[in-house]
Amino acid sequence: MEEVKLIGTWPSPFSYRVIWALKLKGIPYEYIEEDLSNKSPMLLQYNPLHKKIPVLVHGGKPICESAVILQYIEDVWPQNPLLPNDPHERAVARFWVQFADNKVPCIWRLFRTTEGDEQEEAKKESMEMLRALEEHGLRDKKFFGGDKIGIADIAFGQVAHWLEMIEDLVGVKLIEAHTFPHLHAWTKNFKQVPIIKENLPEYGEMLVYFKRARYNFLATRGLGI
Amino acid sequence: MKMAKENNVKLHGMWASPYVKRVEIALKIKGIPYEFVEEDLVNKSQLLLQYNPVHKKVPVLIHNGKPICESLVILEYIDETWKNGPPLLPQDPYKRAKVRFWTSFVEKELFENLLLVARSEGEAQEKAIKVVFEKLQLLEEGLKDLFQGETYHIDGETMGILDIVLCSLFGAHEAQEEVLGVKFIDPEKFPLVCSWVTALTEVTAVKELRPPHEKLVAVLQFIRQRALQASAA
Repeated sequence: MEEVKLIGTWPSPFSYRVIWALKLKGIPYEYIEEDLSNKSPMLLQYNPLHKKIPVLVHGGKPICESAVILQYIEDVWPQNPLLPNDPHERAVARFWVQFADNKVPCIWRLFRTTEGDEQEEAKKESMEMLRALEEHGLRDKKFFGGDKIGIADIAFGQVAHWLEMIEDLVGVKLIEAHTFPHLHAWTKNFKQVPIIKENLPEYGEMLVYFKRARYNFLATRGLGI
Repeated sequence: MKMAKENNVKLHGMWASPYVKRVEIALKIKGIPYEFVEEDLVNKSQLLLQYNPVHKKVPVLIHNGKPICESLVILEYIDETWKNGPPLLPQDPYKRAKVRFWTSFVEKELFENLLLVARSEGEAQEKAIKVVFEKLQLLEEGLKDLFQGETYHIDGETMGILDIVLCSLFGAHEAQEEVLGVKFIDPEKFPLVCSWVTALTEVTAVKELRPPHEKLVAVLQFIRQRALQASAA
């Protein structure tokens, strides 16, 4: 099998999407940690357009954009499928992956706010997004993929682990057992899946990292915390 | 009776929507018969709200009673479900990844910014126009890598997902030029993009589905006026 490399950064949720997919399928790979404050010639060569991680390199050929990478991994290595067989269910899964990419970023807008109108707006958007997941995405299933995790669960990983960190740092509580019962249970169930459990950034370390990032960001805007 | 239901395809859409146009082109290329249900987007039907409760938008494809939403998701669904017609994606996984990557680029970076040009004026519009030119330059360079020196052959009958998405954006470029007063599809600045778009507008399915120029101009003017009024209010 041709060599597989993953260029990522700890603790990017997008890096982890690819790690989870590779591990779930049992694909051996070399992980390369990238320093985004000092981008390597390798990254600039493999992703000249966006200069972002993650980048998967398979047999020397780069694939960029985590959603594209997930599909690529599924296309090349069909074992332990991330997508269902049925075409309509596949379309539903892809719908939610697209939703994850288009709508979940509002939680990072929330991350970058302090108290005020902007925060209220970001909070409102985030709640609407979570409501859509609860009522239309997850409904009463254990996982977005049904009984087992699938590509949509992987795409929503941010909501299971990184959102809790955002809630802690911003001082808001979005997902609670009585407001989003299914989603709340899902965040626990998702992180109990062995491959996921073994491959998550340690919460305390992540909190320190993002606390500093948030402080630096707000400082550049002249806002203190 | 079972035969009549077997391949029942309905498309809920709106005649001027480029997102809907993508699906129409794909259905035509694959030779799939369908019923078009025109939606009044100011007064959305109960059916639409039921079929797309999350976004409440068109297009929605209904195949044997089951809804599929989001144009790019619909295109992949069509390709996987109707294997008889020409493929919308290449077979090779790496080529597929490239097509998906560039489709994502056109969708996120070009579409959004072109909409901004249509909805703004003055300095804001100047800025948005500059961004579209930057993105087009990136696409022009990307095409050299995507086509890898091979002449990209559009045979007049078939298109892939990236062709369809680019065409849905710039197929109406003449109307865009007329209303916005900017020439984006410029053969001197972007020769590869320009020749590609020109070839796409000649594809039979695209020609058959293109609304008349005057109607495209009118709807773009309407969108622009409405957006400018809203921002002035």
